[in-house]
Amino acid sequence: MKPQELLYAKTHEWAAVQAGPQGAKIATVGVSAFAVEALTDLVYMQLPRVGRKVKAGESFGEIESVKAVSDLYSPVDGEIVEVNTALPNKLETLNSDPYGAGWLVKIKLSDETALKNLLDYAAYQKLCTEESH
Amino acid sequence: MVTSSLAQTPLHDWHAAHGGRMVDFAGWSMPVQYSSIVAEHTATRTAAGLFDVSHMGRLQFTGTGVAQFLDSLVTRRITEMEIGQVRYALVTNEQGGILDDVLVYRLKHPSKGEYHLMVVNASNREKIVDWIQHWLDERKPDVRFTDITHDTAMIAVQGPLAAKLIEPRVPFDPTAMKYYHAISAEQGYGCISRTGYTGEDGFEVIAPANEALKIWESLLDSSSQLGVMAAGLGARDTLRLEAAMPLYGHELNEQTNPLEAGLGFAVNLEGRRFPGSAALATVQREKPRRARIGLELTSKRVPREHYGIYAGDQPIGEITSGTFSPTLQKPIAMGYVPPQFAQSGTELTVDIRGSREPAHVVKLPFYKRP
Repeated sequence: MKPQELLYAKTHEWAAVQAGPQGAKIATVGVSAFAVEALTDLVYMQLPRVGRKVKAGESFGEIESVKAVSDLYSPVDGEIVEVNTALPNKLETLNSDPYGAGWLVKIKLSDETALKNLLDYAAYQKLCTEESH
Repeated sequence: MVTSSLAQTPLHDWHAAHGGRMVDFAGWSMPVQYSSIVAEHTATRTAAGLFDVSHMGRLQFTGTGVAQFLDSLVTRRITEMEIGQVRYALVTNEQGGILDDVLVYRLKHPSKGEYHLMVVNASNREKIVDWIQHWLDERKPDVRFTDITHDTAMIAVQGPLAAKLIEPRVPFDPTAMKYYHAISAEQGYGCISRTGYTGEDGFEVIAPANEALKIWESLLDSSSQLGVMAAGLGARDTLRLEAAMPLYGHELNEQTNPLEAGLGFAVNLEGRRFPGSAALATVQREKPRRARIGLELTSKRVPREHYGIYAGDQPIGEITSGTFSPTLQKPIAMGYVPPQFAQSGTELTVDIRGSREPAHVVKLPFYKRP
């Protein structure tokens, strides 16, 4: 996926929304390259189970680096329909391909209003620039 | 901007120009890491790491009454120290609580004569300066006391190659220098000591602020092909934790006494009086309430400060520092528990954000250099 075409939460998760079966919308969710770079030295990740319902802004997992632990927040409202179960055992994928093989979960949207709160690429770039100063 | 109010070391611009991720540490803008904590940690264990520790407080004492005065303030005998000796000691309050852990140096400058140095934690510098000033005012000894922190820099060279890096830059054989000894430099009130906070062999250089960059770059430039790296506070923390060295504000604070912290070796009560000596004598007679322990975990989840330690369903203590150990490749932590749970091998659990992860008590340090 191209980072320019994704939506971003202020908490550094990205979402790619696509049409799924039966008209439902599915958001693929990951963490941005900026966040992966800031975390460095990743040691552990916990992801949710399929079937769990999440709300936008709610923690669905955690990522641990040598330095600290961070929550992973859902950018959307919906239900977890798929989990990248291979990822916690191959955390280096997050460094090499954060917008592709490093995806975390797929969420079937129950409501689309949360999408309005997400940032486009340009706005997210601006946020990252501010945070790195 | 927030950073404008932060103190800067003489190497600040170098850190910023070399990718240092700068954070507020005890009022100083300090690099937490340049590339990665693990890379800097590993470089220190296998080659050498260079640390800017100029944020630590450096207090200088001259005068005939210095040794007696310092002896009356800290937990170890200063009057019997030889020239060139460095001693780890604690400054305690009247209750025996730790105000700071410090290094006391007795030095002789080639032309300016004898002096003592005290190196204190950055976070405690003002408190200790006030404490010393209070006792100077009260006792009025023949002591001149100067806070030279901002006039000097302090650089730690740590790791198996440390002596090799220092050797071409000093007029003596650094390998002949004894651990916890120091030599005063000709220039200013600087010195080189065989001390450190990483569990490695190493040296710490105190030099005039305007020489810091030259020293730093010469140590780094000539050695980059050997795998030597500049290392930040992040690696300093993982290294000292593997070496089980207590950190003020975590393992040590004003509610902690040196005996429960496992620092009994740094307390000498025989025929001595200092603030807290009576309280510590009582602690020594009675059973200690708790002990500092090391824990290893088999999971990959890392116990962090303030997480609860349990024996069965019973909460028995708290984690004071935890990290993922880059050398051992497992989570390690220190904390306090009642003495009956402190034997190595004891099975406990740590509450990691709502789930109880199995942990077992291990002998400290976690890592000892081969």
